Amino acid sequence: MTPAPTTDNPFAGDNSGIQKRETAARWALRIGSHIVVFTTLAIMLHIFVKGAPVVFQSKWPFVNTQFLTKLPATLHVIEDKQGHRIETDVNGADAVKKKLGDDFRSEKTVSYSGGGILGPIVGTALLVVVSVGVALFLGVACAIYLSEYAKHGKFLETVRLAILNLAGVPSVVFGLFGLGAFVLTAPVFVDVPADRSVLAIPLGFTTLSFEGWDTCVLSGGFTLAFVILPVIITASEQCLQAVPQGFRETSMALGATRWQTIRYSVLPFATPGILTSSILGIARAAGETAPIMFTAALAFKDKLPWQKDMPPLPTDASIFAHWEQSVERFLGIFTESVQALPYHIYTIAAKIPQNEYSERAQYGSVFVFLVLVASLATSSILLRKRLRAKYRW
Amino acid sequence: MSADLSVSTSTEPLIRVEKFNYAYGDHQVLFDVGLNMESKDVTALIGPSGCGKSTLIRSINRINDLVDSARVVSGSIKIDGVDLYSPDVDVISLRRNVGMVFQKYNPFPRSIFENAVYGLRVAGIKDRHDLEEAAERSLKAAALWDEVKDRLHEMATGLSGGQQQRLCIARAIALQPRILLMDEPCAALDPIATARIEELILQLRGQYTFVIVTHNMEQAKRIADRTAFFYKGRLIEEDETMTIFNHPRDPQTEAYITGRLT
Repeated sequence: MTPAPTTDNPFAGDNSGIQKRETAARWALRIGSHIVVFTTLAIMLHIFVKGAPVVFQSKWPFVNTQFLTKLPATLHVIEDKQGHRIETDVNGADAVKKKLGDDFRSEKTVSYSGGGILGPIVGTALLVVVSVGVALFLGVACAIYLSEYAKHGKFLETVRLAILNLAGVPSVVFGLFGLGAFVLTAPVFVDVPADRSVLAIPLGFTTLSFEGWDTCVLSGGFTLAFVILPVIITASEQCLQAVPQGFRETSMALGATRWQTIRYSVLPFATPGILTSSILGIARAAGETAPIMFTAALAFKDKLPWQKDMPPLPTDASIFAHWEQSVERFLGIFTESVQALPYHIYTIAAKIPQNEYSERAQYGSVFVFLVLVASLATSSILLRKRLRAKYRW
Repeated sequence: MSADLSVSTSTEPLIRVEKFNYAYGDHQVLFDVGLNMESKDVTALIGPSGCGKSTLIRSINRINDLVDSARVVSGSIKIDGVDLYSPDVDVISLRRNVGMVFQKYNPFPRSIFENAVYGLRVAGIKDRHDLEEAAERSLKAAALWDEVKDRLHEMATGLSGGQQQRLCIARAIALQPRILLMDEPCAALDPIATARIEELILQLRGQYTFVIVTHNMEQAKRIADRTAFFYKGRLIEEDETMTIFNHPRDPQTEAYITGRLT
């Protein structure tokens, strides 16, 4: 038996405070990160478990098409004496009652919880299209000016400060701004200005009257555009700055003007990032409630924006014969008020008496909403990957 | 009389830098630089980092105008007697006549062909045939044609570093400029690629007036007719390259070329 070696390990850790603090710091940071992941998972799982059964079903076509293709309606729940419950809409209620006859025990109505959520989906889609269109145009223009034209100095600092502050404005303030600016005072062409018109400029054939666009997709879309503008400007500017300065110098050294340089050698390489940020802007715009409450969204509307009381277009002639009317009707979509998903969720979660039926509608709507937003985020990541692979330097 | 006149114009330098003072904001980087560069000569600008040689070369095509705070304090740079900083000079047409190749080879992430004809495209030339001809001519001049003629429409970023830099030279000479400015054209290249660029410059010598900034004194010896040494924003000495390296007049020049001044 040989004696155990007694030499000291010169690299043994000491149990001093330094090591304990190291361990404590690592655990604090790790726990913090885990809480973030856990919270995200908890939200997703909860919505999935409660919401998926509303949207999906076990029978063909596996999707609750009614929920996705019908407008919200009042749900009638009729109970017979055996305790069976029959769900129907307002039209079906009488028929069910007649059929039950003496068996009828009670009838309960739940507002907004029947039908589907097509109205809010369409409304949100329209609002997103308008807001992203406006915000991309303004935001990219602003970012290009700031990044490529403006000289460093007072003005640039002021603009940056303004953008930073714009990002910090509470969304309900944006809503009020939209109400004042777009709903009540934005300019329109009319034959006869309204009494409340702030300023009417006669142009001869028509009048430019500052009387507002009313509560409509356009007002809401413009308001939302200003909500997401700071995000788009900041992100676009970063993307432009990420394009190597050498591209600009080379391009201009080859005799290109500044605009040619931007057009051919800066913007194409910044586009992947700009698109990504704009898609994240979509998610943000789709999710905002306060800015559209005063400007575009209604708690309830029984028509889609293109369903108006208008004589149908003659079907015998080709569409081109009536293109003016067609265009007018198409544009008319944007001057209608709509329902929107976040506001609809707010309504059915906070504005009506709660019961199992309203809860089902809530979870279904939230589930659809989350899926829409998540798929937008995913597509932005995929798009960025594809474009990045195309333009690498 | 007319013979005298022609003699006097032929001795007039192509580029004349006179009492040129240049600053970034309040920080002056060039002091009273006076330098003449003859047509078709290869002039090397040498000196330690921060001596102002890059600023000078970037002032000759006014690309330094892109730097926000950059400004001419006084003095002038004249090409054919025209002051480049006078208000009636159009920088776009100036840059078409004064090409530039940068330190970091930076072709656009486009096809080789599109890179070669970029300057022509932004000048408004659309005719496909003209562009193809120009691309072939400039790629041949840059000794790149044989390597890329079968893949003109592949991405330029797929080329090797040396090829990319030669593409940048082709891109510059596609506009048929009179002057070619090169700001450390080989700084990012390995010795073999460097040798090919030097070979190319020697081939092109006599067709263009070259102004080359370099940190590599051997390179200056190999390719330059004349060499100018800059130190702390001032032109210390300018002469025939061999004179500068063999019999420098200024002790600072001698210290630099023998490696004692950094």
